Amino acid sequence: MNNDLILLGHGSGGRLSHQLLEELIIPQLSSVPVAGQNDAALLNIGGVKLAFSTDSYVVDPIFFPGGNIGDLAINGTVNDLAMMGARPLCLSVGFILEEGFSKEELARILASMREAAETAGVAIVTGDTKVVPKGKGDRIFINTSGIGAVEHNLQIDGASAQVGDKIIVNGCIGDHGIAVLSAREGLEIDSGIRTDSAALNGVVASLLPLGSALHVLRDPTRGGVATTLKEIALQSGVTITLDEKSLPINPGVKGVCSILGLDPLYVANEGKLLAIVAPEQAEEALAVMRRHPLGKDAAVIGEVTGTSSGKVQMETLVGGVRGVEMLAGEQLPRIC
Amino acid sequence: MNYSDSFRDKELVQGLARRIAELTKDLSKPLVFMEVCGTHTMAIYQFGLRSLLPPQVKLISGPGCPVCVTPNSYLDRAIALCRLPDVIITSFGDMLRVPGSSSSLMEERAKGADIRVVYSPLDAVQLAAKNPSKRVVFLGVGFETTAPTIAGSILAAKAQGLTNYFVLASHKTMPQPMAILSADPDLQVDGYICPAHVSAIIGADAYRFLCEEYKVPCVVTGFEPTDVLQGVELLVRQALAGESKVEIQYSRVVRWEGNAKAQAMLADVFTPFDAPWRGIGVLPGSGLRIADKYAEFDAELAIPVQVEELKEHKGCLCGEILKGKVSPFDCPLFGGKCTPESPVGACMVSSEGTCAAAFKYGR
Repeated sequence: MNNDLILLGHGSGGRLSHQLLEELIIPQLSSVPVAGQNDAALLNIGGVKLAFSTDSYVVDPIFFPGGNIGDLAINGTVNDLAMMGARPLCLSVGFILEEGFSKEELARILASMREAAETAGVAIVTGDTKVVPKGKGDRIFINTSGIGAVEHNLQIDGASAQVGDKIIVNGCIGDHGIAVLSAREGLEIDSGIRTDSAALNGVVASLLPLGSALHVLRDPTRGGVATTLKEIALQSGVTITLDEKSLPINPGVKGVCSILGLDPLYVANEGKLLAIVAPEQAEEALAVMRRHPLGKDAAVIGEVTGTSSGKVQMETLVGGVRGVEMLAGEQLPRIC
Repeated sequence: MNYSDSFRDKELVQGLARRIAELTKDLSKPLVFMEVCGTHTMAIYQFGLRSLLPPQVKLISGPGCPVCVTPNSYLDRAIALCRLPDVIITSFGDMLRVPGSSSSLMEERAKGADIRVVYSPLDAVQLAAKNPSKRVVFLGVGFETTAPTIAGSILAAKAQGLTNYFVLASHKTMPQPMAILSADPDLQVDGYICPAHVSAIIGADAYRFLCEEYKVPCVVTGFEPTDVLQGVELLVRQALAGESKVEIQYSRVVRWEGNAKAQAMLADVFTPFDAPWRGIGVLPGSGLRIADKYAEFDAELAIPVQVEELKEHKGCLCGEILKGKVSPFDCPLFGGKCTPESPVGACMVSSEGTCAAAFKYGR
């Protein structure tokens, strides 16, 4: 087979994305600081600790239940900064518009962006707009970059998970991916599921007082909870064991996944975070999360059970055990 | 607890597993049961059911994933078609990653071919209606479960008077490969976990000849964990009693006679033919091609195209895996040269493929 081409799966956030990053992008760009496996780079500029992150948004369709590409582009970068325990300060926004795109739709997207930025408490301070000829883009692509202030001395990092730690998620998984899929042409399932897109910096701010008990924060976006936990297990060199019955999943998400043969553990989220916390502080972390409006369905979904190999496994609903791997390529609906 | 949760009740499932262990505790050699449906393969891995069964019961996977049994030659024709400038290929998602002799549809899409994932063949019909200057080809792959909806799409296109909708048909039918496997002296199968959705169409009676001619127990089984283990228990009981009969565990969906309406539609739109199965070879009467009276919708006849020379992938054990003779973990390519993102064989491609399930859940 020809392995010389970029495939859609290289952007899925799963194993192919990792391969592209590790085999091509990082080796070529190693002379500049790269975020590596974390959501943002940590910079120390003149004694001031900053987090810096960038992300591009190419979602299809651009409007979906509960949100659109605009609020997604704000919340996504705010969350990447927040996952370093940083306080997001300001963002840049770059638009790539396709010739013929409607101004009315752009206005709606901009209004959502303004509202999302206000909610997150960040300022949009610089930006750029390019227009490409008809057929050379897909209506609208948005890039956002952000800077956040790191005001703690904690080691919040994908490599900090320790044996015994509890894994907490702030709510139901898979809502964003299923909301977008439901709105896609040809499917039009009325699942009632809305995107969970939200800025998580408020939830993170409420967790920071846990101090050194807070080991890892990560938002499980593309690739879903499974891929994110696999990354953390590899980075930390630990075994993670999930408890399937404790995974919070909306019935609508379960239903659509069951019809299409998708696994909710691999479906994207845009307003969820995984917090890996020392066991003695786990109950408190859960209580703190549940007091926040974005964490009322928070649950402990597993724990770090060993020091070996970067393995993730799941005790299934019925008491069996199975492995959990990274997303391979795109999740594709099955044939029957 | 809602309706579906009751089929996933931990106590019920573990109770069934304990009963199976008790029934088989004195066996010196394991009973081997084959599931011939990809959705069963996935369910068994996804719920970790093997880890609940005693060593005296071994579950092996058979040729039940429609993507996996689709031969290179079919993919090569689909790839040749997608390279025509006025053709839009439409397909269910799984097919895109399947490697043909030298490319895949995913790769062709990256090179610029117009290939679209649809969720129903009727979406492809709609696409044809919206694009009169294009020829829209739907990749008709699947067992008796999916074939009726594809037959329906041909009837819909005919009713709408469309002349630009085509199906590249490679449907397979289920009982024949089970007969071949039953007759294979190298394979010990003590019972079949018969497919649920296929059986809803063809009816449980379709397996009766297997019990009579090959003396192999058959249980039509649902996909939930309690279904699968109850199916296994029924097979264990038959095997221990020296019986071979068809039983329906999945009685909430499957009837002895199946779905007469769907069967009539299949008989109208398709004709049985000697179909090639990846890794198994040509099995007489085991496929469905488009009937002559609907030949205008048959992509193979209606759109002539130069197809590349067939090449098989060296070292790939898909054929042996599909026959249940080899476990994915025994294949030298598994997890190394062959992974879900870079599959060598089709068993690694589909979400329901044996190797994909083993890679994702079994390691």
